[in-house]
Amino acid sequence: MSYYQQKINALKKSHYSNEKQIESVIGIKNYIDNNFEAKLNLDFLSHTRFISKYHLLRLFKRYYGLTPRQYLIDKRIEKSKEHLKNNMSVTETCFAVGFESLGSFSSLFKSRTGKSPSQFQKEQLSRSTSKS
Amino acid sequence: MRVTIISIPVRDQEQALKFYTEKLGFIKKKDAPLDGGNRWITLVSKDAQDGPELLLEPAPLHFEPCKVFQDALMDAGIPWTQFDVDSVDDEYERLVNLGVVFSIKPSIFSTVKYAVFNDTCGNNIQIVENL
Repeated sequence: MSYYQQKINALKKSHYSNEKQIESVIGIKNYIDNNFEAKLNLDFLSHTRFISKYHLLRLFKRYYGLTPRQYLIDKRIEKSKEHLKNNMSVTETCFAVGFESLGSFSSLFKSRTGKSPSQFQKEQLSRSTSKS
Repeated sequence: MRVTIISIPVRDQEQALKFYTEKLGFIKKKDAPLDGGNRWITLVSKDAQDGPELLLEPAPLHFEPCKVFQDALMDAGIPWTQFDVDSVDDEYERLVNLGVVFSIKPSIFSTVKYAVFNDTCGNNIQIVENL
């Protein structure tokens, strides 16, 4: 067994051995993946997993390195890029991925990608037309 | 400041270009000649062509400490870097069919599934799927 595998196994044993906890956190992430366009309800999520809302926040951050809300925003931005590439309008995209205001969608999109949603869309579309 | 380049040391740039494009599926973005037969070769992901570029750097051929470090990582089985994939199991199967050799088969660690393969250019590379 390589040095790397030995270290991974030791780390797994010392810090990541609580399989039930890991399973709960993965379940929450999958729930967000499948419901990203809906309003995130941490109370509901914590009830389904029989843990408190604050414990859930701590666990998610511990295993994924970011809060459920940050993860949700990243997921929505990633999905919005797909919609924009497929020529969906900026407004439609905003609501399709679950944002409630065009202003917050545009500013979050710009802070994550460096471009406004319409700039991003223009670039993508001109790229695909120049290819064809 | 922006992150635009991630470099990977390779023993043979042409062989690396073949492996990373033909087997791993990256796309060549830049290829410019440099001194002494070296090249500035960068690659991008097929579905993120405006994302960070992977530089295939011939450093181990020209700077001994780089070679020593690369060899030490290889011997210890430590990956030089890692790439995200949608499914580690699918990529594992696809790459094994292309003759790629894995030192770690798909395994689970915390909230990720991972596997490690040999890039034939001096490095272990890890692929990761967030569960």
